Amino acid sequence: MPFVSARTQKSSYDVIVVGSGAAGGQSAYTLCMDGARVLMLEAGRKYDPALETPMFQTPDMAPLGSVGTPEKPFGFYDATVDGGWEVPGEPYVRASEQDAGRFEWWRARMLGGRTNHWGRISLRNGPYDFKPRSRDGLGFDWPISYEDLTPYYDKVELLIGVYGSNEGLENTPDSSPGCLLPPPKPLVSDLLVARRAKRLGIPVIPGHRAVLTQPLDFAQSPARLHPGNATAQKILAEDMRARSACIWATPCGRGCAIRANYQSTTVHLPPALASGNLDVRTDAMVYEVTVGRHGRASGVRFVDRKTGNHQHVTARVVILAASACESVRILLNSKSARFPNGLANSSGKVGRYLMDTVGSSLRGQIPLLESLPPLNEDAAGGDQMYVPWWLYRDQHAGKLGFARGYHIEFGGGRRMPGYGTGAGMEWLTGGSYGVKFKQDVRRYYGSFVDFDGRGEMIPNDQSFCEIDPSLKDKWGIPVLRFHWGWSEHERRQAAHMQKTFADLIGAMGGRTDGAPQLDGAKAIAPGGSIIHEVGGAIMGASPATSVTNPWCQTWDVKNLFLTDGAVFASNADKNPTLTIMALAWRAADHILERMRRKEL
Amino acid sequence: MDRRTTIQWMLAASAAWSFPAARGAPADSAVSARGYGTDPNLLMAYRRGELWPLTLSAQQRRLAGILADIIIPADAHSPSASAVGVVEFIDEWISAPYPMHLRDRNTVLDGFTWLDAEAARQSGKGFSDLDDSGRLGICDAICNESHAAAEYRGAARFFAVYRDLTAGGFYTTPVGRMDLNYVGNVALTHFDGPPPALLKSLGLP
Repeated sequence: MPFVSARTQKSSYDVIVVGSGAAGGQSAYTLCMDGARVLMLEAGRKYDPALETPMFQTPDMAPLGSVGTPEKPFGFYDATVDGGWEVPGEPYVRASEQDAGRFEWWRARMLGGRTNHWGRISLRNGPYDFKPRSRDGLGFDWPISYEDLTPYYDKVELLIGVYGSNEGLENTPDSSPGCLLPPPKPLVSDLLVARRAKRLGIPVIPGHRAVLTQPLDFAQSPARLHPGNATAQKILAEDMRARSACIWATPCGRGCAIRANYQSTTVHLPPALASGNLDVRTDAMVYEVTVGRHGRASGVRFVDRKTGNHQHVTARVVILAASACESVRILLNSKSARFPNGLANSSGKVGRYLMDTVGSSLRGQIPLLESLPPLNEDAAGGDQMYVPWWLYRDQHAGKLGFARGYHIEFGGGRRMPGYGTGAGMEWLTGGSYGVKFKQDVRRYYGSFVDFDGRGEMIPNDQSFCEIDPSLKDKWGIPVLRFHWGWSEHERRQAAHMQKTFADLIGAMGGRTDGAPQLDGAKAIAPGGSIIHEVGGAIMGASPATSVTNPWCQTWDVKNLFLTDGAVFASNADKNPTLTIMALAWRAADHILERMRRKEL
Repeated sequence: MDRRTTIQWMLAASAAWSFPAARGAPADSAVSARGYGTDPNLLMAYRRGELWPLTLSAQQRRLAGILADIIIPADAHSPSASAVGVVEFIDEWISAPYPMHLRDRNTVLDGFTWLDAEAARQSGKGFSDLDDSGRLGICDAICNESHAAAEYRGAARFFAVYRDLTAGGFYTTPVGRMDLNYVGNVALTHFDGPPPALLKSLGLP
């Protein structure tokens, strides 16, 4: 079972899942473990982390010291293959090249998609995050509440393995008992940040990441996740036993051959395949959802990227989980006499309200951390600790000048030296060279702490994508054109991040690398560059103003579902992946229930 | 140095930083070479020159090594940059067909030309043939970009780039990692965090 080809693929399935990342992986997992016959279509190539992950390779083995290039933007050893900001032969259009209106689109054409390289940061949205409009009058409320999603957050954490702690903080939810793995020990720099931040009234707590700090509870979790389903429990127990705990080495972004962190290819797909209910077709680029009688989805059309052959495959239900923008592209390209503006677009909202995360960074050099004794600080690979948003009260009282919060990710430590370790140090060394330079590099190595703000963007009318009227990709499929704009809320938030970072660095007795950028328009990273793009087919309470209902089911086509980030009605500061998976599990449960009742 | 030479020396500008058409021509191998693609083998160890043709002549390699070793000489902790393959690293870098690398290629090749011109202006020899004090005299003038005299700005940019390349090549090697006392990249059964005594010395709980 199997990876199928045009020859071995069946003619029809219960469900077609388009995409194999966090959304596609979770959708297929949930459906297959409960007996549905699923065909997963992935545009990229087959990818096997057990065989392909460069676990202990060092930069000297790679070309160019393993630095990023346009062909491997996050470095040679980043797990992403056939992906990046540009994909050869698959262009997209930016309506503006100005920084303020610029949108960057990261794609990964590979099995598992972006989950192979992601940061593994797994934060729950809080209660406020589902009802932002009710709180401050801006953006949109979701048609679901935190309580609707709570059991699914619990399930996803139990399944994939997430470390963290329950702190009882405002809008920063605790997990149910037994869901979280213990957080890793903090680094010296983590503890220094925590201690000094406290003086500023800024909380620093253990991070939440999908990394196994200990083996999963294969004895109890399967029964908790699949009550009454002995087959699923057995498959999952065996699979959980086969995943190793973290070995405290090698960056997670390379992927993990021993399956100690979450990627769809190491966590969702193996048990789904073991169920016997999943067929996977790679190099299958879906471009259209076809419509049959009564306006129901009949299947999808795709092009085989290797042969160029076009094919049509049918199913009772179609799930788009191709990433927010790619799913939007498929909908807009699925035009017919009945749906002239694209499928599921009677509201005109498909492509609208694209959001990314507000990002801004600053680096500090901390004399207290200079010349520390040798320490292995590879640890869990990052984000042992973080700063959740802490100014809810001031913000709600209107004291900050921007409406939504941000969290701070930070990292220091004596990480594996890389190309940049001795680079760009004139501001510290005065331009030393020779023996003095070697002494300087030893002194400063490990003394830096990087701060990255990750903030909520409010959906707006200027940020959307549409089909470009003329440009097509190499398969002849019309491509997306992106429009982007920030509001004052995001710009002020980015400036606030910079000020906070400078305060934190100052409180640690350090110096900032360059002055903090207090002009928000310059402090903010371009749209899309944080790679948290969501929205474009938002869920809502009414078919007039949204694309899907609370179950990720399109209002217009009842057997068509969207389980990726496209349905997000807001983009909280919390990284979206965990919420994508929770929504996908919930939607898949709903589909199973409706299929059992013969309603789908 | 007699009085006449000294006056000439004082009046002369530094060698000009101006290189019209020497590089980037269509025949340039770096411009026509292909990259490693979007799906390279991540598991194998690559040799310099395996992916695209290298650039430097024997004479340029000599200069490259001398300058790299001025920046990272041997000391009690570790050998010099050239002893661990930094010249080959830089040659691979400036021969790569990516925008950043093509930019550095121009900077480095122009910088080499400038070093020889400046050395010739000062003492009628190539940079590689200068004695230590001659070499260091030139480096002192260009080692700090933000404080370099106006006529040395272009050369100082080159020196900053070259120092980054030298450090990048050096600290990515096993020798460089050892020089910095990096002790990670080994599998552990558990991670205990920093030793309590160290934390105490830093005033941390």
